[in-house]
Amino acid sequence: MREVLYRDAICEALDEEMARDERVMLIGEDIGFIGGNFKTTVGLLEKYGDLRVKDSAISEAGIVGMGVGMALTGVIPVVELMFSDFLLVAADQAINQMAKIRYMSGGQATVPMVIRCPIGGGRSSAAQHSQSMQAMVAHFPGIKVLVPSTAQEAKGLLKSAVRDPDPVIFFEHKMEYSNKFEIDDSIELIPIGKADVKRAGEDITIVATSSLAIKSLSAAEKLAGEGISCEVIDLRSVIPFDRDTVIASVKKTGRLLVVDEAHEFCGIGAEIGANLMDDIFYDLDAPIGRIATPNVPLPFSPALEMPIIPSEKKILEKVRAMVRPGA
Amino acid sequence: MAKKLAKDAYLGLYEIMFRMRRFEEEVFEFYKKGLMPGLAHLYLGQEAVATGVCATLNEDDYIGSTHRGHGHLVARGADTGRMMAEILGKETGYCRGKGGSMHIMALDKGILGANGIVGGEIPIATGAGYSAKYRGTKQVAVSFLGESASNEGTFHESLNMAAAWDLPVVYVIENNLYGISVDIRDVTKTADLAVRAKAYDIPGVIVDGMDVLAVQAASEEAVKRARSGKGPTIIECKTYRWQGHHVGDPGEYRMRRDKKEKEKWQARCPIVAFRAVMLKEGIAEKAIASLEAAIEEEIQAAVKFAVDSPYPNENEAFADIFVGA
Repeated sequence: MREVLYRDAICEALDEEMARDERVMLIGEDIGFIGGNFKTTVGLLEKYGDLRVKDSAISEAGIVGMGVGMALTGVIPVVELMFSDFLLVAADQAINQMAKIRYMSGGQATVPMVIRCPIGGGRSSAAQHSQSMQAMVAHFPGIKVLVPSTAQEAKGLLKSAVRDPDPVIFFEHKMEYSNKFEIDDSIELIPIGKADVKRAGEDITIVATSSLAIKSLSAAEKLAGEGISCEVIDLRSVIPFDRDTVIASVKKTGRLLVVDEAHEFCGIGAEIGANLMDDIFYDLDAPIGRIATPNVPLPFSPALEMPIIPSEKKILEKVRAMVRPGA
Repeated sequence: MAKKLAKDAYLGLYEIMFRMRRFEEEVFEFYKKGLMPGLAHLYLGQEAVATGVCATLNEDDYIGSTHRGHGHLVARGADTGRMMAEILGKETGYCRGKGGSMHIMALDKGILGANGIVGGEIPIATGAGYSAKYRGTKQVAVSFLGESASNEGTFHESLNMAAAWDLPVVYVIENNLYGISVDIRDVTKTADLAVRAKAYDIPGVIVDGMDVLAVQAASEEAVKRARSGKGPTIIECKTYRWQGHHVGDPGEYRMRRDKKEKEKWQARCPIVAFRAVMLKEGIAEKAIASLEAAIEEEIQAAVKFAVDSPYPNENEAFADIFVGA
C-alpha cells in the first residue's frame, strides 16, 4: 500500500496506458502545458509530446467529435472536458454520434474512446460548473458510465476504460482531486460493470456513487456506534448496472438507500429503485430511500449550496429514519 | 483548368455518375411505391461532386458523409444492393436495418458514416485526419457537407483546429442553395462560402459543381496539399438538387426567386453534359451505351436483392449497443 492523491492516480493511469499502447492519446483544454485544470495530466506533454497530449482549442463539440473520428480509425482518444457541465456543449457529438455509431452501423464500427470530466458541487462554482451528469448520460444507450470513488477506483477503472472497446464517460469528483488515498498496486484493473461491497452490514444497503461512497462509509462507521449495521456498496459503474450485487444485498438487509449527487428527479436513485422493484419488493422492510441534489440549479453561495448537496449528515439522518422510524 | 484524361478515365467517371443517378431514381421509386420506410434525401443533380472528389482519393482514405449521402457511398464503391437493402430496412443492409438512408456506413470503403445531424460529421472526419497524422500514414479525410452545415458551430471548430494543426482534411461544401426550404442567400451574407477559408488562413476554392472534371481538378490539388502535410482546403461546389429536401418534398419553395430556377439548373445536368464531353473527346457512343446497359443490369439486380431480402428479426433491435452485447 502507498499513499497517492486522487489526481495523481488518474495521471498514473493515463501515463501507464499511454506507455502500454501507442494508440492512446489525450486531447482537451489546458491538458498539455499546464498539465490540466485539475492537474491530472502533469508531465505527460513532456513525456509523450504534442501529438499525443494535445492542448485543444476551446471547442468541446469539436474535440469530442474528433475523438469519435479517431476512435473509428485506429486511435484510442481520451478526451478531457474541464467540467461535466461542458458535456452539454458537446452533447450532439457525445450522445448522437459517439454513443450511437456502433448501433447505427449495425456493429461495423467500434468507438473505443473515453471522455473524462469532473462532477460535483462544494466549491462555489455555481450552476454551470457544479453539476453531476451521470444520470443524464446514463439515459442514453451506448455509453458506459463510470463513477469512481477513491484513487484506487479512479486508477483501476480508468485503465479499464481506456482498454474497453466501447465509449466510456468517466466522471471524476472534483472534491477528491486533492485528497490522499491508500492504494494497492497489486490491483491494476477494476472491472467495468462490477459494484464493490465496501462494507458488509445487516440493517440497510447503501448504494452510493463517486465521492458519496466515501461519505457513506464514514457515515456507516458512525452508525455502527449507534447499533445500526450498514452495508455500503460502491456502485462504480452506473452503466453497466450491477443489479445482482445490489439485489443480493437488499435481500439480506431489507432496506435500500441510494446516494448520488445528480439531481433527484429521473436520477440514479429513481432508476435503481424502479429497476429493482420487481426483484426486491417483498424483501423490503422500508420504502426505498434516496439522497440526491434537489431539482434546483446549484447555487453559488456556500450558505445556499452546502445545505442542498448530499452530505454525510444527510446520509446519517436518512439511515436513522429508515432503520428506526419514529425513533 | 481540367486536363485531358485517358478514355478509360472518362468512362470511369461517367460510370459512377450514371450509377448514382440510376440508384437514386430507383430509391425514389421505392418511395413512390410505398416500399420505403421513412424518407431519403436524394443526390440527384449533385453527382459530379462526389464523383469528382472521390476520383482523387486512395482506397484507404476516409470520407465523412451527410444525410444526402447515397452519392458519396456510390462514389467510394459501396455495394448498391446492400445500400438499397439498408434503405428498405432489410437484414442484408449495411447496418442490418438499424441505420437506414441517413446512417449508411461502409467502414471497409473508408466511409465513416452518413449522418443525420447537419454538421455532425465534420469533426468526425476531422478526427480521422488527426488520426492519419497521428499514425503517420499518408491518408486523407474528406468531409462532405452541405452549404447550411457551414453555419453550424462544428464547422468552425473543425476548420479552426484542422487549419491550426495542418490536418490532412478536405472540406467539400456542396452548395445546393437550400437548407430544407431556407435559401442560404437569406441567412448568410457572403454569396460564396469558400471565402470562409480566409478566416482559417487556408485555401478556399469555388468550382462548378455540375462539371465533374472541374471538381476533380480542384480536389486533386486539395488532396495533394493535404497528403503532403500542408493542411486543409475548402472546396465549394456550386450545385443543385433535382428534388426537394427529401423524397416527399417537391421543393416548390425554390421558385420564389426565379420560377425557372430548377429548369435552368437541370439544363446543366452533370451527366448529360459530361456525356457530350465524352462524345466530343471521341469516345464511342456504343461504349457509353454498353456501360449504361451494364449499370442498368446491376441496379436492377440491386433492387431485386433489396426487395427480396428479409426484414431483420426483432431481436436485432437489441444487438450492437456495446461490443459483445
